[in-house]
Amino acid sequence: MSDTVIPYMVKPHPVTGIPNGKFGIWLFLASEVMLFGALFSSYVLIRSGAPHWPPEGGLSSEILDVPKATFNTAVLITSSITMVLAWASCKLGNLGKFKLWMGITIALSFVFLIVKYFEYAHKFELGHTPAHDNFYAIYFTMIGLHGVHIIGGIIVNTYLLTWGSKLWKTDSVHFTNRVENAGLYWHFVDLVWIFLFPSLYLL
Amino acid sequence: MDAHSETSDVSVDGHHESPEEFKKHLRSYYVVFVALLCLTAVTVGVAELKLARPIAITVALTIATIKAGLVAAVFMHLISEKKVIIAVLALTALFFALVMALPSLTLYEHRHVIAGMGN
Repeated sequence: MSDTVIPYMVKPHPVTGIPNGKFGIWLFLASEVMLFGALFSSYVLIRSGAPHWPPEGGLSSEILDVPKATFNTAVLITSSITMVLAWASCKLGNLGKFKLWMGITIALSFVFLIVKYFEYAHKFELGHTPAHDNFYAIYFTMIGLHGVHIIGGIIVNTYLLTWGSKLWKTDSVHFTNRVENAGLYWHFVDLVWIFLFPSLYLL
Repeated sequence: MDAHSETSDVSVDGHHESPEEFKKHLRSYYVVFVALLCLTAVTVGVAELKLARPIAITVALTIATIKAGLVAAVFMHLISEKKVIIAVLALTALFFALVMALPSLTLYEHRHVIAGMGN
């Protein structure tokens, strides 16, 4: 039925004290913690069971491109503050500034992916594919899954910047809640990278 | 009055504030942003010191945990979030800890198998 309305999308639910959308995104993030947790746990198991890490010798920081990853860390951190500023602009009733900050967030997301593309391309040129050894299998799986999350964030944020922003005219509070939920997801993606970067590149 | 005017109150996690009060939050976002960049520099700098692996792992993961805490507390507003969210995350943290502890159980078993092979 087209006129079905999901309850408590704007007003807080009487039991949880928060809108359903926000509660939903937190439950989703909890499941995401377990998804990445399983991969981090597998990484610890494989690494601690290996005679040498990385298996081909040397250090992770000598094999992987630390300067590019450091740059990408700064890019993601910057995108996190632009995302929170986009939400704050909605709270202050300024759709124009929201569009500016959200546009910058999306642009930074693409910068992250472009840098990642060059990093991956160089590894493939050297024949360092996921099949090379456990080190590269873990590296491509975890960084790749994180990259998929970046793409997911770009899709949602682009929707909010374009067609989705029409909601502002009819229900600005509902739209602001959607931006907040997208922001929570985006900060989680940043948070995962905060652990991936030292774990894979530096240690 | 414009429905999106700055003169109306702003609600953050159920707390109503004036736009002027809300703008004070923006300052904390910038402070955390600078702190995150500085801590990233420290992480890379410490890695350059080529410390012994156990120390390097401890330092890097401690800094990462502080950074994650800042993002969660300030950018994700967990510092002023409802109890139900904190409860969900506490349960998640418990299961996350269990998953991360699984490799140690397996390694314990491996050591026993290896020790048994030596007999």
